[in-house]
Amino acid sequence: MSMEEKQLAVLEAKAKEIRFELLQMFGSGKYHHFGGSLSCVEIVTALYFYKMNYSFENRDSPTRDRFIMSKGHSVPTQYVILSMLGFFPPEELRTIKQLGSILQGHPDINKTPGIEAPTGSLGQGLSYANGIALAARLDGNDFNIYVVMGDGELQSGQVWEAAMTTSHYRLNNMRVIIDLNGYQSQGCVEESLAIEPLEEKWRSFGWRAARINGHDISEVCRALDETDNRGEPCVIIAETVKGKGISAIEGTFRGHNYALTEDEYIDACDELAIPDGEQE
Amino acid sequence: MSEEATRDRFGQALLQLAREDKNVVAMDCDLGRSTRSFHITEADESRFLEMGISEQDMISTAAGMAHEGKIVFVNTFAVFATGRCFDQIRQQLSLARLNVKVCGSSAGLTQGPDGATHQSVLDVSLMRSLPNMVVIVPADGPQTEAAVRAAYDHQGPVYLRLSRYDRKNVYEEGYSHDIYKAVELREGKDAAIVVCGPILDHALDAAELLARGGVSAGVINIPVVKPLDRESVIKAAEKYCVLVVVEEHSVYGGLGSAVAEVVAEMKRTDKAIVAREGIKDDFGESGTADDLLNKHELDAEGIAKKVMRNI
Repeated sequence: MSMEEKQLAVLEAKAKEIRFELLQMFGSGKYHHFGGSLSCVEIVTALYFYKMNYSFENRDSPTRDRFIMSKGHSVPTQYVILSMLGFFPPEELRTIKQLGSILQGHPDINKTPGIEAPTGSLGQGLSYANGIALAARLDGNDFNIYVVMGDGELQSGQVWEAAMTTSHYRLNNMRVIIDLNGYQSQGCVEESLAIEPLEEKWRSFGWRAARINGHDISEVCRALDETDNRGEPCVIIAETVKGKGISAIEGTFRGHNYALTEDEYIDACDELAIPDGEQE
Repeated sequence: MSEEATRDRFGQALLQLAREDKNVVAMDCDLGRSTRSFHITEADESRFLEMGISEQDMISTAAGMAHEGKIVFVNTFAVFATGRCFDQIRQQLSLARLNVKVCGSSAGLTQGPDGATHQSVLDVSLMRSLPNMVVIVPADGPQTEAAVRAAYDHQGPVYLRLSRYDRKNVYEEGYSHDIYKAVELREGKDAAIVVCGPILDHALDAAELLARGGVSAGVINIPVVKPLDRESVIKAAEKYCVLVVVEEHSVYGGLGSAVAEVVAEMKRTDKAIVAREGIKDDFGESGTADDLLNKHELDAEGIAKKVMRNI
């Protein structure tokens, strides 16, 4: 295996592990945002374990890269990764959404170590990221900001206000990755309120746009690398499958906020189980 | 005596802060010359950010800057600053406890001719409902200067209600009181007028008018509506039979409500009646500031009438 192949294999293993951990965190009989958390696994994995200059050790460095989960309901994926990075013990994952837990249903910057943006009410993450970029400019700091957005979220007017602000202020260190899983809470995005054509929309707002397969981690990494030193804000439209990995909900809107039955949970454990030979 | 609007002193105080601290930043939504936030450019052009007519984007952008250590004063008319982006303020400033100062300009009826769409008579109620939010309604130049300083000193979100209504200053320069405390500017026996904002001047004139008619009315100014100076309100409710709370705001949720809530919960029966006097579940309309205050009985004669009706 070449170095690149090895790195890729490690990332793919991470993604598998994260999906399995998500399932264990969610369990059966409890409502969780399965769909969007599972669809963005490769995207968030590539960002934390490949692309970003970010770790527990450099968490206070002013020049660390920033991650904004603008589609705040998918924060469970980020929780799993933050626990892997040492921000809190993995046992905390089992307390998600319980009274007194540090892991709230949506991102809370004051309760959860490693969470840097208050989101949940949709459409606000890119504006917030622009604020980070503007502050960095005033302070003379140089780093990238990666914002993960939902496709349904693009129906929010504020996203487009923010997209204008990014290009107006030439915040060229801004990177948006859209988790285009095709479904929102109540149905198909294009049937609910059409957002396409996305490349044309973003380009007309002054952004560089590319479209990829968001579950092919090598493609995600390559697309992220291609945004380096572009001299313009970049959006990656990552086509994904809502609920990826759990066939009971895969590719449906009903998995958006869903409670697995016991049988579905057992089946999902089999689907997402990591074969003995592949375990680290 | 010279007259000034609280927005004018705000602009000067903001400029002073920007000169002292390089982390002070201002944003505006296409109203910087009206809100006076534009003054900050005299210190540093790069610390004034024109956000265009996009209040929601402005609040969230400010939140991001605050996360990076900036002290951000966001500006637009009060009606937009609190209403149009309430959700952003709720989620990203109040819940997140980020250090952004929401400056609502041209507040109240005295916005004047633009009418109900631009007059902010619900803003204090909205902002007071938010956890972690400090709400300040300065009355004149010196008090505004102290209010801007207090907003800067407070680590967390603040709502600063500002006005374009030119009034003569009530306080001496170098405001000597604690901004978080009520100030009893005039003692009385029959009633106290409790007031915030630039109509303080009219409240003092009302007390004078009442005195000529043999009615002794005190005047208590409360610049910080939240956290309310409960101790002073309780003392006033023990001292006076009637507290007439006047404000350039709806009678729902503003200073009148805040005072009434405290007095209602006092565990004694011999306490003041609280009369909430402001805009009675209504919007404003076009008119001059003075005509509108006259119509809503918030000028000196109107406030005197309100006191007479309540004693």
